[in-house]
Amino acid sequence: MLVVDRVNMSYRKGGMFSREKQQVLKNISFQYEQGECLGIIGESGCGKSTLGRLLMGIEKPERGTILLKGEDIGRKSARKGRISAVFQDYTSSINPYFTVEQAVMESLNMKTSSRKFNQSKVDHLLQHVGLEPSCRYKYPHELSGGQIQRVCIARAIATESPCILLDEAISSLDGSVQMQVLQLLKKLKENDKLGYIFITHDIKAAAFICDRVMIMRSGQVEEIVNIEHLNNVQSPYARKMLQMIIN
Amino acid sequence: MKRFHYLFKDRLALLSVFIITSTLAAGVFAPWIAPNDPEEVHMELRFASASWEYLLGNDHLGRCVLSRLIYGIRPSVLWVLVTLAISLGIGTIIGFISGYFKGKIDALLMRVCDIALSFPGYVMTLAIIGVLGVGLENILLAFVLMKWAWFARIIRTSVMQYSNAEYIKFSKALGVGSFRIMWKHIVPVSLPDIAVTSSSAFSSMILQLSGFSFLGLGVQAPQAEWGMMLNEARQVMFSRPELMLAPGITTIIFVSAVNFFTDALQVALDPKLMSVTKKKQGKGIYQAANLHGKA
Ligand SMILES: Nc1ncnc2c1ncn2[C@@H]1O[C@H](COP(=O)(O)OP(=O)(O)O)[C@@H](O)[C@H]1O
Ligand SMILES: [Mg+2]
Repeated sequence: MLVVDRVNMSYRKGGMFSREKQQVLKNISFQYEQGECLGIIGESGCGKSTLGRLLMGIEKPERGTILLKGEDIGRKSARKGRISAVFQDYTSSINPYFTVEQAVMESLNMKTSSRKFNQSKVDHLLQHVGLEPSCRYKYPHELSGGQIQRVCIARAIATESPCILLDEAISSLDGSVQMQVLQLLKKLKENDKLGYIFITHDIKAAAFICDRVMIMRSGQVEEIVNIEHLNNVQSPYARKMLQMIIN
Repeated sequence: MKRFHYLFKDRLALLSVFIITSTLAAGVFAPWIAPNDPEEVHMELRFASASWEYLLGNDHLGRCVLSRLIYGIRPSVLWVLVTLAISLGIGTIIGFISGYFKGKIDALLMRVCDIALSFPGYVMTLAIIGVLGVGLENILLAFVLMKWAWFARIIRTSVMQYSNAEYIKFSKALGVGSFRIMWKHIVPVSLPDIAVTSSSAFSSMILQLSGFSFLGLGVQAPQAEWGMMLNEARQVMFSRPELMLAPGITTIIFVSAVNFFTDALQVALDPKLMSVTKKKQGKGIYQAANLHGKA
């Protein structure tokens, strides 16, 4: 469904007119099939979020192509209703001036603009992600981190897109809340046939939810393995990373 | 914009809104409201004190002070407001384009702003008056030329800060159009910043215009303007201080009302600030209940 072909990305170091560039992504190629959960693992700073922004079409790759069902992801019409996202920083993931209802309505309005119909769907969605209907009129600063991430998930599934990109979506939550959100994601995946691109630095979380993982190292793909074969990864770097987890 | 009704829970804000709207209305409907012709000279009534016909007395030419104050709203407030709207409009458009799209267009626009800002304000205004002559419209033109870049700079910084937020990224990922994102997400959150800068600019423009009129560079006699009324009253500052007080106090009250209004607007628009005051009130009730319980 999503085909990434030899993508390169670099950012200017220093000011606007500086020549020096920092290569963040090098020759990234992989494919994502509809309905699967692909984990993207790597240390922080290795370019995962940058890759995430490219996959959402927010930024354009310097070289290479990203095609979603054969269309360039950079075009708004190509990605409308096909990809959605949940981010790490829950403090800025909902507009502080929006109530939960308004935030979820934004996604719903992408499909149909019938206000009545959409408003009736909000309750259903909130319930679906395990939130009280009374959260509807709350502002983000009145919710906890876990609740905000649930609203973000509700907002992401409201678009009915088959693929949701989660960039460190659970990393800023506390241990037990992390598990709750992971379980919610797993449940949604099984019940609603959702697919995820799950970006994280936490191998355990990835192992819990993903079907395949892609291990990244300083902007390059180190290895892609199915989750059953995670124990016998080939590349030395991936081995070392696994060792660290086991110890 | 659903939050405007919170504004009316604050008494000071309500009073400010009342002062501002009644001033604006008085300026617009001056010919119907003013009791007398502001330019009619009555030499026999020079420096007359307040009477039923001339509620605030008469000035050095026997003209009605109240009527001159009311007519003075037009240049002092209404025209300044128009000037503010124009410069704010230009600044907002440039600020949003710069702050949202970033990159080359931002670099280009900001260099233009830097150039516009590198001229010292007062000197530029004086230079424009020197070239185009004295008069209200030239000062207002100078204000527009001086202020738009300043607005653009401030709004751009505000927009840039908000446009990196994750909720903007989410909307972009959904494929929402740029202008819709700006309108739905960035305008509401940056509105308090815009309101505060424009209110401080509004007050300073009113004071500056009065200053230039005071120096005789702005509105020309016999037209009424608050700064010029101050200037005319200067000669009798000690014998007839009330002539100076009338325009002086009016200016202070109006400018303060504008400042109070924007402060209240900022609190009303921000759900975070608002809930703090709500909670405080709740606490107060709770404590009162407690006291009752003890008694
Ligand atoms: N907009 C940007 N401008 C300049 N450098 C950037 C930008 N975004 C990311 N980088 C750089 O790219 C590298 C990878 O960042 P990121 O993709 O956020 O890593 P990760 O999400 O894996 O922690 C970092 O060294 C960062 O400094
Ligand atoms: Mg990251």
